[in-house]
Amino acid sequence: MSAEQTNPKPKLKLAVYWGSACGGCCVSVLDTHEKLLDIVAAADPVFWPIALDIKYKDVEAMPDQSIDLTLFNGAVRNSENKHIAELLRKKTKILVAYGSCAYMGGIPGLANFSGKSEVFERAYVETESTKNPERIFPVTEYPVKEGTLKLPEFFNDVLPLNKVVDVDYYIPGCPPQSERLIEVFTAIVSGAQLPPPGSVVGANDKTNCDECKRTKSENKTIDRFYRPWEIQDDKETCFLEQGVICMGPATRGGCGVRCVEGNSPCRGCYGPPPGASDPGAKMMSAIGTMINADKPEEIDEIIETIVDPAGLFYRFSLPGSILGRKVQ
Amino acid sequence: MDFRPKIVAFLCNWCAYTGADLAGTSRLHYAPNIRIIRIMCSGRIEPTFILKAFQQGADGVLVCGCHPGDCHYQEGNYKCLRRFKLLQKFTQQMGIEKDRLRLEWISASEGKQFAELVNDMTKTLLSMGPSKVKSSLEVEHLNV
Repeated sequence: MSAEQTNPKPKLKLAVYWGSACGGCCVSVLDTHEKLLDIVAAADPVFWPIALDIKYKDVEAMPDQSIDLTLFNGAVRNSENKHIAELLRKKTKILVAYGSCAYMGGIPGLANFSGKSEVFERAYVETESTKNPERIFPVTEYPVKEGTLKLPEFFNDVLPLNKVVDVDYYIPGCPPQSERLIEVFTAIVSGAQLPPPGSVVGANDKTNCDECKRTKSENKTIDRFYRPWEIQDDKETCFLEQGVICMGPATRGGCGVRCVEGNSPCRGCYGPPPGASDPGAKMMSAIGTMINADKPEEIDEIIETIVDPAGLFYRFSLPGSILGRKVQ
Repeated sequence: MDFRPKIVAFLCNWCAYTGADLAGTSRLHYAPNIRIIRIMCSGRIEPTFILKAFQQGADGVLVCGCHPGDCHYQEGNYKCLRRFKLLQKFTQQMGIEKDRLRLEWISASEGKQFAELVNDMTKTLLSMGPSKVKSSLEVEHLNV
């Protein structure tokens, strides 16, 4: 039954936009399957690049605060992302950072381990399939006889949405689980009391470990860390107790522990649990003490088996973390 | 310009802080670059505290606890050591030089050693120059 039949209220106006994103978040909206019909029954999509042909100038022409809900997915990587983020902030009543990239930087945020010049060097000079002896790089303006061609400016840093505009709510996940989106959307449509602005919605208040069905014991000590392919997972015991780093202890629940249910350790896409601002720091705190050694050399030896702590602990959250980027 | 390094130090209540106190009551002179935060045990230190210190502009962070085997809570300092080692691997990956983050054991009777440690760390940081963590996060860097 559609919301329209039971609710004579005017339909909401919905916008979905992608910044620096892979498109998975937009697909997660489509992944609501037949529930999508309920969504469009309750809300008119007025701007949604993956699904509708609406130009930026059409959005610019909309009155301020005329869009009820915007799901902004993707990080802010260039001046176009920033412009649209600011534009949508102006046009929208409830702006939601949708997905890990908009929330904390996500996978594109790993680019903060380097900077613009390194990214350009790699992409336009060093890549094995590139031949660019004249070192031609993209420029923001290029005059041709018909006029000037323009490209957005590529920023040095990847930024989460809240470093550019005020964000009302965050829905984490890479991508967010479609069921969670429906819950949040239904709450907004029904006019339910919404949590205070700045809240993470569509996720739980406890960590993934709380929901995880694997058997856990009190004895959590690790003699060496393994990468998932290095051991035969017994499919029952807590990954950490087997020596495989699982981000569960530092990750908000809400995804349904899907990765672990699929016998793969949690990668942390739902971000830190309430009260923790930095998932990687929380993770280091949690597993640091599990190292089963007291002598500095022995501790070093065990830590050696974590190949890339920064990339592993901040896979989805580097730009939104305390340090935010590699020192430059 | 006149660079005066800022050192944020986390000292455990039972040994290191008492050691620092002894340095004071013994009227030892040492570098005034340190800002001491007293905590109950070095095992209480979360990586978040240290990262936050760097983010807010500390040029160096010093963590001091009881000597191994001497922890008031039996093994808090071992927990600290394990976390510290892991954190230091991470901070080096993030481009924070190793010498900016130090862990040392100071007992309640080691006032002199504490004063020497602070002098030594200040000297090292003076030669290294200011930390770039805070400036890396400033908006001007966005469009470099």
